[in-house]
This record gives sequence, C-alpha cells and structure tokens, in this order.
Amino acid sequence: MAAIGIPSRNGAAPRRWRRSEPIGPLDYGRRLWLRLSVGAVLLFLYVPIITLMAFSFNDSRRNIVWNGFTLKYYEKALNNDSLLLAFGNSLTIALISTIFSVLLGALAAVVLWRFHFPGKPSYEGAMALPIVIPEICMGVAMLVFFARIGWPANMPWPLNLSAIIIAHISFSFPFVAMVVRARLVNFNRELEEAAKDLGASEWQTFRDVLIPFMRPGLVAGGLLAFTLSLDDFVITFFTSGPDTVTFPVKVYSMVRFSVTPEVNAASAVLIVVTIALTVAAMWLQNRAGKRNS
Amino acid sequence: MEHWRRSPLVFWATSLPPTFWLVAFFLAPLAIVWVLSFGEKQGLIAIAITWTFDNYGRALNALYLEIFAKSMWMAAVTTFICLVVAFPVAFAITFAPERWKPVLLLLVILPFWTNLLIRTYALIAVLRTRGYVNFTLEWFWDQGNWLLTLLGLGEAQLLGERFEPLTLLYNNFAVVFGLVYVGLPFMVLPLYASLDRMDRSYIEASLDLGASQFRTLFTIVIPLAKAGIISGVIITFIPAMGSFLTPDLLGGTDSQMIANVIERQFKSANDWPFGSALSFILMYATFFALALRAMLSKSGSAMEAG
Repeated sequence: MAAIGIPSRNGAAPRRWRRSEPIGPLDYGRRLWLRLSVGAVLLFLYVPIITLMAFSFNDSRRNIVWNGFTLKYYEKALNNDSLLLAFGNSLTIALISTIFSVLLGALAAVVLWRFHFPGKPSYEGAMALPIVIPEICMGVAMLVFFARIGWPANMPWPLNLSAIIIAHISFSFPFVAMVVRARLVNFNRELEEAAKDLGASEWQTFRDVLIPFMRPGLVAGGLLAFTLSLDDFVITFFTSGPDTVTFPVKVYSMVRFSVTPEVNAASAVLIVVTIALTVAAMWLQNRAGKRNS
Repeated sequence: MEHWRRSPLVFWATSLPPTFWLVAFFLAPLAIVWVLSFGEKQGLIAIAITWTFDNYGRALNALYLEIFAKSMWMAAVTTFICLVVAFPVAFAITFAPERWKPVLLLLVILPFWTNLLIRTYALIAVLRTRGYVNFTLEWFWDQGNWLLTLLGLGEAQLLGERFEPLTLLYNNFAVVFGLVYVGLPFMVLPLYASLDRMDRSYIEASLDLGASQFRTLFTIVIPLAKAGIISGVIITFIPAMGSFLTPDLLGGTDSQMIANVIERQFKSANDWPFGSALSFILMYATFFALALRAMLSKSGSAMEAG
C-alpha cells in the first residue's frame, strides 16, 4: 500500500522514469500529497478491518493489547451451536436465492435487451427500484407483506427460511439483470440469426448460442447475488424470526452485548469468504470483457 | 431490438417470471405499506384503512421534522467530507500508471463488499473508550509524561493528572465517522469515472497559459468533473440519509436518524401506519434526490455539448 504509483523493485530506480527527473505539471500521479492522500484513505478503509481480523487471533479477552497468537476463539466460534446454525442458515439462503436470482435476472436481462414493448421505460424503472430504495423501506415492506398475507411461520427447516429467501431474491435479481444485460450489449446479433438460418429453433438458439455467451455474466451475477445475500442485515432483520436467525443477525445480537474476540473470529471468516467471492466475480468479469474486445 | 409482437411466445415466456416476481414480491409489499400509511391503528394489531392523512400530519411534528432535518444534516456532512476526501484520491488514481489503476480501484471497492455490520463493528473497536484510538493517544500521553519527567518537569503534570480518554463512540461524531467510512467508495467511483474521461489537454492548456495549479483545479478540472461530482454526491447522500445500522450501533441517544425511528415503529412502538408513512416519506425524498440527479446531469451534458 505504501508504494502507490511507484513500480520500483527493491528500491532500485524504476525502469521508465528516474527519480531525478523533475515532476512535470501533469504528472499528478507522482505528486507526494496526492500519493499520501491515496495512502491515507486506504489506511482509513483497511486498518479497522485488518485489526479486527488480527485481533481474532489475540490471546486476550480485552482485545487491545497483543498477548500472543491463539486459535481458541475460532474454536469457540466453531463450538457455538447457535452461531453455526446461523451460518448454515445464511449459506442456505444465499444458495437458494442465488439460483432463483440468476434465473430471474437472466430472463429480465434478455427481455430488456431483446424486445421493444410499450411501457418499457417504466418497466426498467420498476426493475431498478429494488436497487435504489433505502434498505429500511424494503425491510419494512417485507415485514408488513409477510405479516399481512399470513405467511406460515412454523414450517420445518428449510421452509421456515422461505420469507427471507423471497426477500433476498427480490433485491438480488435486479442486480443480476443489470450485470447480464451489460454483458449482452456486446452480443453479436448475427450469431443468433445464423443459428436460426441454419434451422435452430428459438429454444435451441437460446440454449446453444445465447446462454454460452451470457455465461460469464451469469457467473458474475450469481457471485454478486450470493455476496449480497450473505451480507444483508437490514432486510433480513425485518423478515427473520426467533428461529430463523442468519449470520449477520446473530452477529448483530452479539455485538449489541459486547465486543468479543469470538465475534472477531466469526467476522474474519465472513470477510475472507466475501472478499474471495468478490475478487472471483471481478476477475471473471474482467476476463470476459477482455476476451470480448 | 425487435418488437415483442414479432415473437410473442418468446416474449411472454421470458418476461412473465421476472415480472411476476417483481410485482408479487416487491411492488405488492410496497403497495401494502403505502396503503397502510393511510390507516389508523386500532388495538394491538388491528389496522383500519381509513384513508386518513393523520400519519403524514404527525410526521410534520416538530419532533419528527427535527429527526428528518438531522438525518439530512448528517448525510450532508458525510457527503461533504466524502467529496473532499475522495476527490484527491480519484484524481490520483486517474493519473496513476495504467497498470496500477485496476489495483487501486479494486482496493477502494473491496471494503464495500465486506459486510456492513462487520465494518461497523470494526469501528466500535477503533473508537470505544478502551479502543485503538484512545490506546494510541494514551501511549503518546505516557511517552510525553516520561519525556517531561526526564526534563525535570514531572511534578508540573503539564498533561493533566491522568489520561482522559476521548469520547469517540455513541455520539454524532461516531455516526458521521461511520457513514464516511461506508460512503467513501460510493464517492470515489463516479469521481474517477468522470475524471478519467476528461480531456487532459484542457489542463495542459490552462497551465501553459499561466494559470496556477489551484486556479486550474477550480476553473477547469472541477467544472469538467461536474457530472461525476453530482453523481457521487447523490449516491453517497441517499444511503447515508436512510442508513439504519450505523446510527444504531455507533450513535448515542441523540443521534437517531429517520431509519431508526421507522424501525422503532415496527419493532417496538408497534405503530405500523405511522412507520409506513415515515418510510414512504423517506422513499419520496430518495426519489426526489434521484430526479434531481437526472435533471442536473442532463443539464450538465447539455452544457458540455454546447
């Protein structure tokens, strides 16, 4: 993080510019105060998260002074049944909601990309609504909705998670639609026409031409939906009951009581999972974009 | 693009499932909240829809108006700090070497993808009375005292009798700190997008003609980045105004924002009609901000073209 903008190795002089060259008027990337501002912001963004993760290995309950390395809080978190149940619930919800979100999002993307139809701008607006409205409004809407229609509450696992899953699909699939649609913009229409000219049916064209083309978008959208679902607190907070606690909701109730290394350990696991997923999604999208151009 | 009538079967097959989902599990819940906001509470759970405007009237009470004003004020302060901090960062990324750009952008976006709750929790550990900031300050205090003793000034107790930790948590400062922490990535990205598109020869020309860097920034760079600034301001402002978790976990009793009041109507005060009215007011405010953005960016692009 410290070496922003300086591609130097082992302190040797950079290959392209020499340090002695004066900084040109447009060489803002080499101005110290700009580099410092980037460094400071990155420190600001990362120090809390990194300390949180580091102190999950700290052998002290008070959590401030480094007392030595330990894994006991991970062990403790692993033996905490309600935490594990919450984690299992979160993964189940994320998995099911991702599958539905990808299906619905892909269909919505195809509709918006392929067809002209009356009322399309309003349709697009409605599709963007779950992305833009405040989370609290959506959470409240879901709470009221499931209470008013009398959604059954005491169903066996995993059916008792259905309300949360439905809420998660509602806010995830428009994101998937956005990602997939961005991918479809680059689609060469002639491929589809060629397939049809060669006698492929509508379904065959869809399955053998369009879906393979959409795949990187589907994967990226799926990872996005998974992360969104795994991360969501506010909307889940309003749709979950005492028996349907998800990981963030559980962490919330733990945080309200105290700051403990156990919470740090559980959080560290979730951070690693989501960062890995996000990087994977971005890498896939980037690669797909490069291959296309 | 083809007209839907050319292949109606495909159109219906592809459009029905997502449309059904959107209507049944998103628009219908919103519609129910909207209807409830015109209802009256009768007894513990019963709500009668009487199409009254009382709930909206109640929202205009001084108490709630103050909370609305406070939410907007906190969001505005947050947005301003984000803009001031993010601008040099976006500018630096724009002028960074090509191969560093994606890395820097990724580093800025990545925290956005880690759980909001966990990031807020991380801030608690930083800010609390026995947190890292106070711990660091205390260390400096100890060192300062040691130095003073060394200089023979130990008796004077120039730094006070003992270390007084700063109250950084459970107040408005903590909430704004948390909102800035969450909002920064939202601000950097649109600023970067517009700065990166900027034609650098304008800056060059301005500098060649003798304008100072400072003057170039204010008369050339900022006007050219106007669209990005507007976008960034609005997409930072909207989530900040409606944020629930940050004031809930970092704020004190006097730093409640509108989302906390809404939550209370549903979770503890059990006044759903009033909560519904408040959440629709928040939603209208959001729509207003979005419309403003669309309008401003339209006029901005018209100016650029002209």
